[in-house]
Amino acid sequence: MIKKIQRILIELANIHRFVMRFYREVFMPPYEFKEIIRQCYEVGWKSLPLISLTGFITGVVFTNQSRPSLAEFGATSWLPALISIAIIRALAPLVTALIASGKVGSQIGAELGSMRVTEQIDAMEVSGTNPFKFLVVSRVLATTITIPILSFYTAGVGLIGAFLSVNQRENTSFTVYFDQVFEAVTYLDIFSLVLKAVVFGFTIGIVGCYQGYHSSKGTEGVGRAANWAVVMSMFLIFIEEILIVQIIQAMRA
Amino acid sequence: MLKSGGHIDRDTEVITVQNVSKSFGDLHVLRGVDLHLFKGENLVVLGRSGTGKSVLIKLISGLLKPDSGTIEVLGKHVDELSEKELQQLRLKIGFSFQNSALYDSMTVRENLEFPLVRNKRHLSRGEINHEVEDVLDAVGLLPTINQMPSELSGGQRKRIGIARTLILRPEIMLYDEPTAGLDPITCIEINGLINEVQEKYKTSSIIITHDLACAKSVGDRIVMLLDGKFEREGEFDQIFDTDDERVKPFYDYNFIT
Repeated sequence: MIKKIQRILIELANIHRFVMRFYREVFMPPYEFKEIIRQCYEVGWKSLPLISLTGFITGVVFTNQSRPSLAEFGATSWLPALISIAIIRALAPLVTALIASGKVGSQIGAELGSMRVTEQIDAMEVSGTNPFKFLVVSRVLATTITIPILSFYTAGVGLIGAFLSVNQRENTSFTVYFDQVFEAVTYLDIFSLVLKAVVFGFTIGIVGCYQGYHSSKGTEGVGRAANWAVVMSMFLIFIEEILIVQIIQAMRA
Repeated sequence: MLKSGGHIDRDTEVITVQNVSKSFGDLHVLRGVDLHLFKGENLVVLGRSGTGKSVLIKLISGLLKPDSGTIEVLGKHVDELSEKELQQLRLKIGFSFQNSALYDSMTVRENLEFPLVRNKRHLSRGEINHEVEDVLDAVGLLPTINQMPSELSGGQRKRIGIARTLILRPEIMLYDEPTAGLDPITCIEINGLINEVQEKYKTSSIIITHDLACAKSVGDRIVMLLDGKFEREGEFDQIFDTDDERVKPFYDYNFIT
């Protein structure tokens, strides 16, 4: 039992050191701009098809599920406002982050993990290159920059999906629908989306990199790194969601 | 005659390891090891698998830290250097990994360019291309320049791994099991390449191996790691002129069975 607690404390200290090293290295030259752009492409562009499909389905399903409740009060005209608040405040960043942690987090964990066990990270180190800056800083920056952009995109696609459903059932026009959507959204809602997406993006990147960078025990270790990257980042995303909602609620009041 | 064909300067030590110990948990891998590498020398470290041979060169290159003892490389104490100073020192040390450690996601050209563009930022595109082609030519693999590592054979990967370390013109080469997992013909080619590298680039080398043919072919001097310490030292024939039961099976397996 004591050994288990000791192991957990050591792990927490290692994570703390890893995050602090990121903050130290991110501002120090040389900057790996080319690699950051390449990673943004890997994280952002290559996730688009999956994010598009998921965002669209989320919009359609949420609208169809919300309609009966509002219909009971004869308030289906409130659907666009309800949908926009739900998607922009909560669903867009959360859905994007969960999809990205599954796709991108596992990819980062597995990639760095296999580089660790095949000594590619050591090879970088002995050839006078800082592997932390090249591999970790670039990936964490890429997820932190890209997830907010993807979240806005998911919100857009989700709202279009919701519009198709609203248009079909309530005959609401495109202009009326989007007028109501934007009327209901405040700057604080947009701030909430950006804040959540930045925090989620950072979490996905840093957790994936930490698991991969410290991977060991051959191919088994690589699998474990990829697996833990997803599990840990999803868990942390939900914890962060709760905390950020409390902060935003306090700001709203 | 030197195996490497070069000149050994016995007055200049490029690596000095003194009383170095290293443990991993309860496993004591190195127990007070001493080692000296002279300028221009090819030193072979022989030993069974798991005896800490690779650990030794990882300690020398600063990838691991010793529990006790000192390691001096080119006049600098490795364990006292800052991260930046260590990075500078590493430019003078070439490390050829057992599994080549080529970057899977990059072509051969990109693998070779990688250390160059990060450490010699003043070079033009033309100069970088020239350097890459020059070292690839030196290892006889210029035609593979645009191939991915997955398209190469084991022997080719080893050669590219060596070329990648040579591109920074190191003064010291550390070879970790250069012939492991290769067929006899390729082993002979790699041994020849190690000697050619020493001759052409005037490097001093430590070659970690348990392949006696390799040791005999490239080693100017051989040390044998037994139970965490260097117990035997000398030229190939001196090393195996013994009744030590820990040493004899090594020779018998390689040359009799």
